[in-house]
Amino acid sequence: MRKALITFAPCPMPYAPCPMLHIRKKNMKAKHPMTITEKILAAHAGKKRVCPGELLNVRIDLTLANDITAPLAIKAFNEIGAKKVFHRDRVVLVPDHFTPAKDILSAEQCQVLRKFAKSQHLTHFFEIGQCGIEHALLPEKGLVLPGEVAVGADSHTCTYGALGAFSTGVGSTDLGAAMATGRLWFKVPESIQFIYYGKINPWVSGKDLILFTIGAIGVDGALYQAMEFCGETIQRLSMASRLTMANMAIEAGAKNGIIEPDEITLQFIQPRAKRPFRIYQSDKEAHYAGVKEYNTSKIHPQVALPHLPSKVKDVREIGKTEIDQVIIGSCTNGHLDDLRVAAKILKGRKIAPSLRLIIIPATQEIYRQALKEGFLDIFLLAGAVISPPTCGPCLGGHMGVLAEGERALATTNRNFRGRMGHVQSEVYLSGPAVAAASAVKGRICHPEEVVKKG
Amino acid sequence: MKLKGRIWKFGSDVDTDAIISARYLNQSDPKVLAKHVMEDERPEFPQKVRKGDMLLAEKNFGCGSSREHAPLALKAAGISCIVAKSFARIFYRNGLNLGLPLLESSEASEMIREGDQIRVNLTTGEIFNLTQKKKFFAKPIPTFMQELIKDGGLIRHLRKSSRLPEKKRF
Ligand code: SF4
Repeated sequence: MRKALITFAPCPMPYAPCPMLHIRKKNMKAKHPMTITEKILAAHAGKKRVCPGELLNVRIDLTLANDITAPLAIKAFNEIGAKKVFHRDRVVLVPDHFTPAKDILSAEQCQVLRKFAKSQHLTHFFEIGQCGIEHALLPEKGLVLPGEVAVGADSHTCTYGALGAFSTGVGSTDLGAAMATGRLWFKVPESIQFIYYGKINPWVSGKDLILFTIGAIGVDGALYQAMEFCGETIQRLSMASRLTMANMAIEAGAKNGIIEPDEITLQFIQPRAKRPFRIYQSDKEAHYAGVKEYNTSKIHPQVALPHLPSKVKDVREIGKTEIDQVIIGSCTNGHLDDLRVAAKILKGRKIAPSLRLIIIPATQEIYRQALKEGFLDIFLLAGAVISPPTCGPCLGGHMGVLAEGERALATTNRNFRGRMGHVQSEVYLSGPAVAAASAVKGRICHPEEVVKKG
Repeated sequence: MKLKGRIWKFGSDVDTDAIISARYLNQSDPKVLAKHVMEDERPEFPQKVRKGDMLLAEKNFGCGSSREHAPLALKAAGISCIVAKSFARIFYRNGLNLGLPLLESSEASEMIREGDQIRVNLTTGEIFNLTQKKKFFAKPIPTFMQELIKDGGLIRHLRKSSRLPEKKRF
């Protein structure tokens, strides 16, 4: 007979003895080396040093919720018995998922946000017309700054790690508590270092690097951990590409993704910041749970196949895959840079007659700039439809939901079964260059098949 | 704290879109959510699930979005506990915040079969398979989290500890 099995499964939030202990013992005067994530959390918990696994009561600089998650968060806020938010400038509400309201129920959810914003005198409630997809909007408005702690009732809140902030997604109940108290408990995550070096191939952007990385480590490859992106390639990467990479850290299960601020960060943030901020950097001797190195000269445009963001292939290995719809947008790739790449490919060309192309500038400002730079005209002439800023089809909400058996290529971040509509539809993920080129061809292709030289 | 229930078995990387599709997220009524919970994964699930049933999954259960509607829908459908090899981070936090017990055990995840009757002791982490007469151990839930589950989630726990009058949540 089989004996009863005794097993101690790993704790979902494992406590590890501080890896720095031996260094401190050797030289008591030595500094306690920490990663950027550890430093930010320590500073917000009023501590000099923290170790992975430690439970902290963390001061929150900013909370965020959207039209799906805020109603539950507000409910939690009221049920706690809270009367006032912790800071009216630091509680941000962005109705972006089903807006402009797609039906009565969505309109009622937005109403909950609107009323709460009014009664709490919130500074940052973004009505449509000033709105945009939250994770593109907040950096654009300078609402999250380097060195800060931001939590949002949306899993892609990890996007702001691109600015050198600690930011992570939480549920509505946690967010309700954070809105009331300005604090939340966190376990300090272990960090993994991702080092990228080498030249960047034509048509490759941050999206290809992060898809490649998720393909390499899997959808739980960084579960509960911090993904720290660094190396010479990252230092050359635009802010838009960095935001894309940090945005998809959650797709590897990570608690947060983070990039040390540098010149590019400061150029982006300085004109937008309305309050002082602090730059943190990882110490050279900081401890990492793992180090991964990738030579980017070997990374070509990537595509994730249904139904996981980790089912990644080089676009040249995809084979003939015809598509019904292409979507360029979302918090991952709805930035001006993304539209610029798409415009470069679509200029003077027409999309395949068998296919629909939907382009969604992520914010009002991006929309306006795209108009000014002539991108929208290029898209319209190519046969695209342009949506107002919204999450829309990214989560199968509206503005391009898929029918049974349809196949889409999207610059979004998730391709779970049924994510964009019917449970029998398929979503492929790519960067904007592959998406635009594939719209012209009617099948998934390398941009070089459409444009000769990048 | 002991729970008993029948097992529904799922695979790896069950995402929050599979638990509750975004097409139902234009509202947050737990009863409505429960009617559609897991329907894309197992169409018969919402009709056949009974109060007290438990879920068993492989790795990374609840990956994807932060929607608390996912654990809320499962709880409203009567699910009393979830056992998995591992949970996605936000789902884990949300589950416990809502008072839904989550246990991690690789062996249990591999050995327990669909339809088995299970008894779970949240204090010790003991998982006893009444059908197969086998015992497994998951890491016990920390005491303060057990309190939280017993009180019915973070909010009720906060209210109780601050001695505020109990208010009906859902
Ligand atoms: S664009 Fe998609 S992934 Fe981003 S916040 Fe909206 S729904 Fe979520």
